[in-house]
Amino acid sequence: MSFISRGFRGKRRDTASSSRVPPGQYVVNDFPVLSAGPTPRVALPEWTFVVEGEIDEPKKWTWEEFRKLPVEEVTKDIHCVTKWTKLDTAWKGVSVDTILEGLETAAEFVMAFSYGGYTTNLPLEDVTGGKAWVAYEFDGQPLHPEHGGPARLLVPHLYFWKSAKWVRGLRLLKQDQPGFWESNGYNMYGDPWREQRYWGD
Amino acid sequence: MARTAVLGRLNWQLGNVAELVQETPRVASLVLDVPEWQGHLAGQHVDVRLTADDGYQAERSYSIASAPEDPRLAITVERLDDGEVSPYLVGEVRKGDKIELRGPIGGYFVWRGGDDRPLLLVAGGSGIVPLMAMIRHRSAGKSTTPTRLLYSSRSEDDIIYKAELGALAAVGDGLTVAHCLTRMQPPGWRGYARRIDRAMLEEVAWPKAQNPIIFVCGPTPMVEAVAGHLVDMSFDAASIKTERFGPTGG
Repeated sequence: MSFISRGFRGKRRDTASSSRVPPGQYVVNDFPVLSAGPTPRVALPEWTFVVEGEIDEPKKWTWEEFRKLPVEEVTKDIHCVTKWTKLDTAWKGVSVDTILEGLETAAEFVMAFSYGGYTTNLPLEDVTGGKAWVAYEFDGQPLHPEHGGPARLLVPHLYFWKSAKWVRGLRLLKQDQPGFWESNGYNMYGDPWREQRYWGD
Repeated sequence: MARTAVLGRLNWQLGNVAELVQETPRVASLVLDVPEWQGHLAGQHVDVRLTADDGYQAERSYSIASAPEDPRLAITVERLDDGEVSPYLVGEVRKGDKIELRGPIGGYFVWRGGDDRPLLLVAGGSGIVPLMAMIRHRSAGKSTTPTRLLYSSRSEDDIIYKAELGALAAVGDGLTVAHCLTRMQPPGWRGYARRIDRAMLEEVAWPKAQNPIIFVCGPTPMVEAVAGHLVDMSFDAASIKTERFGPTGG
């Protein structure tokens, strides 16, 4: 690189964690909130989770049924496209592998969709194989609504807008389609290690 | 879904700092000449990248403050004392320096104008910045879109763009500005003197029947509260666009 910002030193990080911070990101200790509209209010008795699209029969769980699925606890680093990275976040939820278990599909992509109308698209292989969860606890507490509660998708290896808040289902698709932010200038895939923030990155 | 102005890859480019405007004791605007700027929509932001002489880099996002019609690109930055980038932009940068940036970014929290629906803008602190781009766009385009701004600041000294907002509201083309000061009010203050609450929103907001477009920008607790009140007041959730910044940043 040739350009130098005159007089800029920056705050250097300890090297132990710097290998865990993707390019252009900085570490935060709190948990910033980002969403495009009001926080949806979802009452647990009305909450459902569905898998639909390229399958014979849609599958649907109530909150009570969903909470009976096998639980996993994971600790992951998360990376928001707005530049913050939070290390070692602790989640509890259901693996997407569990949710899709036994389903036959020709789909190669999914569209996660949420209460409030949010959507985000992902390749199916990025939400299977132990890479994604539907999480309902953060740091040992029920997931707060402003962070996506009752439940949010957790796909920590991609920028965090892919981890849809207030998720209510997955639509299995043969072809990739842009979701909400992907229609508004953000990258279709969103790999933080390749800094795929925006269209064309 | 709104179509975005962003078409190809957003390349890093250099802007020359043409002017520095100290807006408040903690906030400054950097007015930049960006020769290759492709234009933007009111409400969009840019990424700024700083590079130290050993190659160390830091990036942050800042809302664009200038109207699309303005030949220069302005960002307005609040200095966070424990931040990394903002103390450089507000304190170190001088006229004639160069800033590396790319954008414009974001296609949702934008207002294009040319719409009959009235605007309700609700800002907290430096959350005014993208809303100011909308207000400036409205003025530059000679729009008479009925527009109400409710703007919360800590004290009178913390009001960003105070004189310009006063002047624009005085034009009488349909813009009204209501200030609230949450921590300290000068003697004789006639504006609101508390945090934005539902009663205040009911006084300022357009009647629901007028179907306003609503933009809310500020710190997370303020945005959460305001958006919640607006939903309680039966405004259509899809008409309420929010942008938030957390306590961290830098």
